[in-house]
Amino acid sequence: MKVRNLSFANAINESIFQCMKKDNNIFVMGEGVGDPKEIFGTTRVLSKKFKNRVYDMPLSELAATGIIIGCSLNNLRAILIHQRVDFSLLSLDQIINLAAKLHYMSNGVHKVPIVIRMIVGRGWGQSAQHSQSLEVLYSHIPGLKVVIPSNAYEAKGLMSSAIYDNNPVIFIEHRWLHDTYSNVPIKNYKLKLTSTHLLTRGNDITIVASSLLTTYALTIYQLFKLFNINVEIINLRVTKPLEVNDIIKSVKKTKRLLLLDPGMTEYGISSEIIAKVYEKLNNKFQLSRLGTKNFPTPVSKSLIKNYYPDILKIIDAVLILTNRDLKKNKKFQTELKKIKINLNRYIDVPNKNFKGPF
Amino acid sequence: MERLNLLKRKLYFEILRIRKIEEKLSEIYKYQKIRCPMHLSIGQEAIAVSVSNNLRQNDQIVSNHRNHAHYIARGCSIKKMFAEMYGKKTGSNGGRGGSMNLFSKEKNFILSSPIVGNSIPVGVGLALEKKIKNKKKNLICIYLGDGATEEGVFYESLNFAKLHGLKCLFVIENNYYSVYTPLKYRRKSGIGEVFNLLKVKSFNADGNNVLEADSVIKQAIKYIHKNNQPTMVFLNTYRWLEHCGPNIDDQLNYRPLKEGKTWKKKCPLETLEKKLIKEKIINLNKKSLYLNKIKKEINEAIKFAEKSLFPENNSAKEKIYAK
Repeated sequence: MKVRNLSFANAINESIFQCMKKDNNIFVMGEGVGDPKEIFGTTRVLSKKFKNRVYDMPLSELAATGIIIGCSLNNLRAILIHQRVDFSLLSLDQIINLAAKLHYMSNGVHKVPIVIRMIVGRGWGQSAQHSQSLEVLYSHIPGLKVVIPSNAYEAKGLMSSAIYDNNPVIFIEHRWLHDTYSNVPIKNYKLKLTSTHLLTRGNDITIVASSLLTTYALTIYQLFKLFNINVEIINLRVTKPLEVNDIIKSVKKTKRLLLLDPGMTEYGISSEIIAKVYEKLNNKFQLSRLGTKNFPTPVSKSLIKNYYPDILKIIDAVLILTNRDLKKNKKFQTELKKIKINLNRYIDVPNKNFKGPF
Repeated sequence: MERLNLLKRKLYFEILRIRKIEEKLSEIYKYQKIRCPMHLSIGQEAIAVSVSNNLRQNDQIVSNHRNHAHYIARGCSIKKMFAEMYGKKTGSNGGRGGSMNLFSKEKNFILSSPIVGNSIPVGVGLALEKKIKNKKKNLICIYLGDGATEEGVFYESLNFAKLHGLKCLFVIENNYYSVYTPLKYRRKSGIGEVFNLLKVKSFNADGNNVLEADSVIKQAIKYIHKNNQPTMVFLNTYRWLEHCGPNIDDQLNYRPLKEGKTWKKKCPLETLEKKLIKEKIINLNKKSLYLNKIKKEINEAIKFAEKSLFPENNSAKEKIYAK
């Protein structure tokens, strides 16, 4: 398969474009789908190419969700886009009371093939109402699938699968990933909507991460490799339905589990995974979890410090769990210093190119 | 003339049929074999009958918690309805919906939902599909009550339907009460005013006069097809029994007794019956023929429900996700 380096945002765009080109039962709706910013570039070209299948919409998130459900009951496949996860909260009744339950309550007669894209708006003072990562809220509801990709390759393949899945899929994109690049095949492809994907092998510790935090895990994998700590990274890309067999297998081997949660720590996805793993392994492993602090996301650059799990915190957690003292190691200290400088510089932006205003 | 008489007989029969089916449900509820909430439509039957008389096979319908009259008038299976209320495997939803979620895909009765207002946008979505796929002949009938017009999603949906010229027939059954709360505690403006603001054409009819309602709905549907626009028909009516359950609830005193008496004088069944007897379109013989036919149908449905099996307990975890 021919591949090239592509951004996460373009990968999403390409998946939707290719699916829509092939199948005229697919349509897109969202506030701003055809505006000059084109949902951070993810809906580029769509409204020009597929005029009667791309709908900008009134600010009616609740009705819009019901409307795409109605379309899906008549065999269309719909993609609805929220520029922030937080906006989807206006539509919870339709998502939870109808989309998630229609198949079950109709005894398997109705199907609701819809995708609801939601973007996590972390950073640049987006505040408590524009930056939530609420995969855990949707993961509580049977009948929904919740997908949370961590790179461009996954984004394209998972989006194509989500579009062709016959269930309502909540598709959560971290905007700090939109501008990250990976090798992405030109042709359309699907990645199965299964919970876990093994990224690296290692015997010393298991890290379960998703979305942006998976990229952090990969960074520390490289670092610890230099110091002979081998990290097994399991990328959690579907949080509902949740399947933890691979995590159990890994923890059986490493005896150490570190969970990285993009959402809040309390009642997080991590809590559920820990419970499931513990039910199988009792206390034969050590564990630690990192999520955001358990209070609303503040705005100020000074208040945001320490709010999110960052690479330094992850490193500390690994050192404690593996019982390794590298802090006096000169080489290790140099590496840490580099990380610290970057952390302070980019505390509320994804990269040096990001200049706001939203 | 004969055609008109046939129509009158048909409408009379349908109202009688719904009335008798619901009276039976009200009667047998005490045996506790029906173990789910049910919202009877007794007193409100004429609306569903006049609407159904004007819908085509491929038109689609969404409804709410008070859905029995809508479901029955559409010609959906009574056997499946009773079985569903008994919680049986053969029910319309296999025992996973109950009275409030009756549906029938084969009759294009797509959805009933008891979260007030939440089937409205789904109806609009069904209509959007018709537009995207250029299926010009079909419309979507959206039943809602006065209470649903207070939900934000009603306004959102109406605006969207108007914006895109979707063929939706909004049928508003105003029975003046949302559970025990009268209209006067819920709004200052008339329900129809929002339609005027959004430039959606609206019609009014007496919801207890099936002949009037039938002709107004005919006009409304004509308007929809001619103009490719949604429209609303607003009908006043009155619920005779309690909001939820088989009994009268006059003892609660939330409605003036006089009010109920006045409305009972406007009973959609009795007023029509008197008229048709006077016009010699039906007679008591004909009525008893109808009653026997209906009784037989009801008995068969009850027998079917009683004899049907319960779904297996371990099937409860199936069909959460579609393949």
